[in-house]
Parts: sequence; C-alpha cells; structure tokens
Amino acid sequence: MSSQRHFLGIEGMVRADLEALLSRAREHKRSIEAGFRKTPLAGRVVANLFFEDSTRTRSSFEIAAKMLGAEVLNWSTRGSSVSKGETLLDTVRNIEAMGPLAIVIRHTSSGAPALCARHVRCAVVNAGDGMHEHPSQALLDALTLMEKLGGLDGRKVAIVGDVLHSRVARSNLHCLIKLGAQVVLCGPPTLMPSGIEALGARVTYDLTAALEGADAVMLLRIQLERQGESMFPSAREYARSYGLDAARAARLEEGAVVMHPGPINRGVELAPDVADGPKSVILYQVTNGVAVRMAILEACA
Amino acid sequence: MSANVLIRRGRLIDPRNRVNGVRDVLIRDGKVAEVSERPLPAPGPGGEWTPIDASGLWVLPGFIDLHVHLREPGEEGKETVLTGSRAAVAGGFTGVVAMPNTRPPNDSPLVTRFVLDRAREAGLCRVYPAGTISKGLEGKELSEMGLLVEAGCVCFTDDGRPVMSAGLMRRALQYSSRFEVPVSVHAEDLTLSASGCATEGERATRLGLGPIPASAEAAMVARDLVLAEEVGTRLHVAHVSCEASVRLIREAKRRGVRVTAEATPHHLTLTDEAIDGYDTHAKMSPPLRSERDVQAVRQGLADGTIDAVATDHAPHGILDKQCEFDRAANGVVGLETALPLALALVRAGVLTPERLAAVLSFGPAEAFRLPGGHLGVGAPGDVSLVDPEAEWRVDPGRFLSKGRNTPIEGRVVKGRVERTLVGGRVVYEAGAIR
Repeated sequence: MSSQRHFLGIEGMVRADLEALLSRAREHKRSIEAGFRKTPLAGRVVANLFFEDSTRTRSSFEIAAKMLGAEVLNWSTRGSSVSKGETLLDTVRNIEAMGPLAIVIRHTSSGAPALCARHVRCAVVNAGDGMHEHPSQALLDALTLMEKLGGLDGRKVAIVGDVLHSRVARSNLHCLIKLGAQVVLCGPPTLMPSGIEALGARVTYDLTAALEGADAVMLLRIQLERQGESMFPSAREYARSYGLDAARAARLEEGAVVMHPGPINRGVELAPDVADGPKSVILYQVTNGVAVRMAILEACA
Repeated sequence: MSANVLIRRGRLIDPRNRVNGVRDVLIRDGKVAEVSERPLPAPGPGGEWTPIDASGLWVLPGFIDLHVHLREPGEEGKETVLTGSRAAVAGGFTGVVAMPNTRPPNDSPLVTRFVLDRAREAGLCRVYPAGTISKGLEGKELSEMGLLVEAGCVCFTDDGRPVMSAGLMRRALQYSSRFEVPVSVHAEDLTLSASGCATEGERATRLGLGPIPASAEAAMVARDLVLAEEVGTRLHVAHVSCEASVRLIREAKRRGVRVTAEATPHHLTLTDEAIDGYDTHAKMSPPLRSERDVQAVRQGLADGTIDAVATDHAPHGILDKQCEFDRAANGVVGLETALPLALALVRAGVLTPERLAAVLSFGPAEAFRLPGGHLGVGAPGDVSLVDPEAEWRVDPGRFLSKGRNTPIEGRVVKGRVERTLVGGRVVYEAGAIR
C-alpha cells in the first residue's frame, strides 16, 4: 500500500510524476476504447465536494470514479450544512469520517484543498481552487497536446485571455514548462498577473505575436461580468483584440490545435466556426479528462 | 501606583537624556528620583523599597505601543483589556493605545470611559483609548471628537478601515487641529486593494491570491500628506509597509509637514514569503510585502522617517484563522514578541541600541504626546528590564494574550523582558504577572 497521496497542484510535482500519470491515463484510454473494464476501486467511495458550481469537471470525476468501480458521493453546497454555517474543515472532516478513499474538492478560495489536506487522512484531489490551480485540467490538456502534437518538448503553446483569474492558466503553465514546452501568455494588461514571467512564461499583449509559430492555442473563458470592473471595456473590444476568429485561426501553423477548457463564450474569446472547426480539439479534451481523472483517482489508492 | 525601587547596575539606555551606560535608577513615589553613575545607597529608612539587581540587563524606558487591539467591548473572546494588559507588560510595554474598532466602536465618551475603567481594574499598564474619526467607523460623519478628547482619547483613527472620502478626511484634520491630538490613518485605497489579500507580485500570482498593489497604501499616504500639509494638523501614518510610503513620509518630513509614522515588527521582519502554504497567520492588513519593502521600512525606522515600532497587536480566535485564506481574518498578535524582533534589528546592524530604545518608547511618546518615553528625573517610573541575550522559543500556548495567531510560532528568538515596572511598581517579573 502506498502512503496517502494528495493531488493538490502541478507546481509541487516533478516531470516524472506527471509522465507517470499521463502514461496511466493512456492505458485507461486504451482499455476504455477496447471495451475492457478493470475495477481497482471496487468497494471504495469517492466523494465529490463542489463548493463552486461545475458540471463538466464534476461529471468527469464521477464517470472516472465509476469506471474504476468506485461509488460516488456527490455533495454540493446548496441546501447542505454549509448553508447552515458549517466551516469547510468541519464539512470535510465529516465526509472523511464516512470513510471515502478520496475527497475531490472544487472551491472558490485558493488554497482550500491544501487546507483540507492538512486536516484529513484520506486523499484530497484538487478539482479547481480559486485562481490557484486546476491540475486535472492541465493534465488532460497535456495528454491532448501530446497525442495531437506527438510530444511537448520544444513546442510552443499560447494561452490567451484572462490569465489573472485563471487557475487553468496557472496549472497549464506549470505543467507545460515541466514537460518541456514554451509558454506564451497573452491578454490585456489588466488581466495579466504581476510577476508571472518568474514562473517561466513569456508575456505579450499582442495576439498576433502570441500566435506566431504556436503549435497550440488555449483560449481562456472570459468572465463577462468583469466588464463591470473595467478589466476590459466590452466584449466587442475584447473579441476584436483577443478573440480567435477564423482569419486568425487560418494563419496558425499547419497542424496547430485550438483548445478551450470550457464553457465557451462563443463569439467572444472563440468564434463559433473555429470552436467547431478542424483545428479544434475541444471535445477531445473532454474525452481525455475522464482518462486523466481515472489515473489521478487510482493514484490515491 | 506609588513605590520605591532602586534598579541597580543595569545598562540604562535613555536616548532622550543621552544616557547609554551602567547606572543606578532610583524611583520614588512612582517617579524617577535619581539616576547615578555610581552605586546609590539604599533609600533611607521608613519607606518600603525594593532593590532590583539589573546587572547584565538593559534598563529601558517602558515601551509604548501606539497600536493595539484590545477587542473590548464586544469581542471579549479574542481579548479583553485585562488579558491585553497582561500581554503588554509581559512584552515590556507600559503604555498601549487601544484601537477604537470595538463593538460598539469607541466613538462615544461612554465607550472611552468604559475602556479606561477596565484598564484601571486591570491595574497593569497605562491604556490610552483612541477614538474613531467617524461615527460608527462608517466614514461618513465626524465622531464627537471634543467629547472623546475630554473623556481621555489620545488620537483619532478609523483603524482597520481607511477614510475613503478625502473630504471627510480633510474635515477631520481641520476639526481635530484644535485638540493637538493626532489623526492616525490606516492608509488603504479600497478601490486599489479591492478584494485582494496578498501583496501584488510573483507570490500572490503563484498562490492565486487576489493582489494588493503597494499603491493601495502609498496613494492614500500621499493624499493624507497633502491634506495634512495644507491643513497643518498632526498626521500619524499607521503600519507603514512599503517603500513608496516611506519615501513620501521622508520627503514630507523634510518639508516640515507634521507627520509621524509607525511600523510593525512583522513588516520589519517578514516578507510575503511567510504566506506560502496559505499560512493565514501571516495574513494581515496591510499585507506582508517584498524584501525591497522590508528593507525600505527598516531604513525608514533607522533614519527617523518612522518614529515608532507599534505592534498592531490583533488577537483572533482559532476559527478566524483556521479557514480559507481569502476568508481568514487579518492580523497577528505582537505584544509578547515585539522586543526580540526589534532587537534582531540591532543585531542586523539596522538600529543602534539607542535607536531601538527610541522607537520603542521616546518616539511613540512624542508622536502622541504621552507621558514617559524616558527615565530622566521626574519622569514616570515606567521601565522595561531586558536581557538582550536570553534565548527562548515562541510558544503561542504560553502567551498571556488570548490570541495565538502568530506566524513565528516555534521560532527561537533572542531578547527577553525580565521585569516591567509601571509607576515604579513591578507588574511583571520572571514570566509572571505580579
């Protein structure tokens, strides 16, 4: 039996850890495609604790757990003890007392899964915390890129949009760099976090420059309510400056792919015809999400 | 509080009276009666007197903390005037300024008198209430400043919150000018700090915490300096934490603006590195800053730009800190660890021993025109006896404060308060309240 392993963020992991998970994910994917089903987590319970709404990630973890034979507890904050003022740690300790293998946490506060991990013995899996990390997303993106590009060493990936508030951007930045890729971050200066270059990225405010020579473009969801905070003047201006439209997509390198963690604001960060076009691997990302999360949950055992 | 005490053979460091050497200090009827290079004989018969052997110790004018949250009335679970007073004297503080952001806030003479009554009952250190600038800390209307001063308030502040309205701030400075009582500002432009909880920069970005730029403080310091200069009132800048603020205050002082400033032991000692791992004990307002800012604040303290070390002692309950970082309360307890952290600045060559004594005592006394701050003949017999070499491990479980929230738990520090005297009476000795 291995010692308890949390999955809190890509930052604390080394390349070998990432590669081991990706390799297991590939095996799971092959098994699924071949129709084999192994159930190493039969009789175990995976608890999904989502303190922030999510459909895609929660469903993906649920399917992954079920594919491994685990039972799934879906727990959401609405109508629960949290709305009665229970603290995060009390909630998590109570769930832990029911004996799950792992608790999968999505929370609006950065660091919430790390806090929980310090206070429980079962594994804690970060399904996205505030603006900090979304490590399973980064792994599924890496798996997608490796499959589509044949590898990541020396590849150039552009991440475009609201980097400031994006946990997807942070996890992907750590992950891609550890796997040997170069990362260019692009977005309006108001949505670019201070000091991000120190994490190994190049920053540009010019989308054309970001896309030049890119092997992949990841668009980040723009939160339209940020217009009110004057993070950018309007969706129209945002789309003009940073949206990937057909003309810009056409100038991408041969073989380059377009990605998005979803949900998409069609017509803002990504034009509908590009989202559904030949370069888009968005649904492929979603498929890979299940395999990657199977590898993550399995590693908790 | 009258008592006769002879403090023998300690190293008296009293910058106001230009003393730094071995002296005997005689305190009679609560006041310094004699300071002598040669050993003094015991006071004559008839009176009670206590000899204190201070050889090997530093004899410092009692420390004065311009910024303490005693939480009473309203949040007695976090601290009371009594427990806060105990923590104060254990840390060598003989006087503390009690912040008014209690529940209800100290915006009325009733609350001021309540705090003073509680302090009298505690009977340990001198407690100086601060009154609010605005009624209910709402930043809308001026509090009854005249009545507050009459009741015993020594400064005005909405600490914990900035006065966002420049108009109200200017009125506060104008109106208070007739009392010669400073207005102390928690300088923070809320439109700049927004929902942030960590200093803008690489670490906040890495941890995904909402960024607070240094300008959130400095822009407000600049505004208030302009207002104070125009109005000609005394302004005090609380918990200076960044390079830009230090520069602005230094320039203002050079021009003759009547401004004083304080810095906390934590902003002088820790960088935002302390929040790694989402350590909520290192969450405070203003947030811990960069190394460059720490160096600038240290420089400001050394060169006189900053007048006082003030702890911003902010006790909180466990649940206020054992939670998500962005939801955790701001603040750190400071009374019982201020001395060793300040002494470390002497060891680091930032402060001379004389400057250390000044920023812990004479500087704050002058800034708020409080009694004490020196040990010349006639001064109050408020003394901190310090063993500068004693090592100890910071164990929050042993704090006399109700607060346990410190990011330096477990750290081995050097410099211990051995005895504290208030008005010639020993109130703290050998680790215990007397």
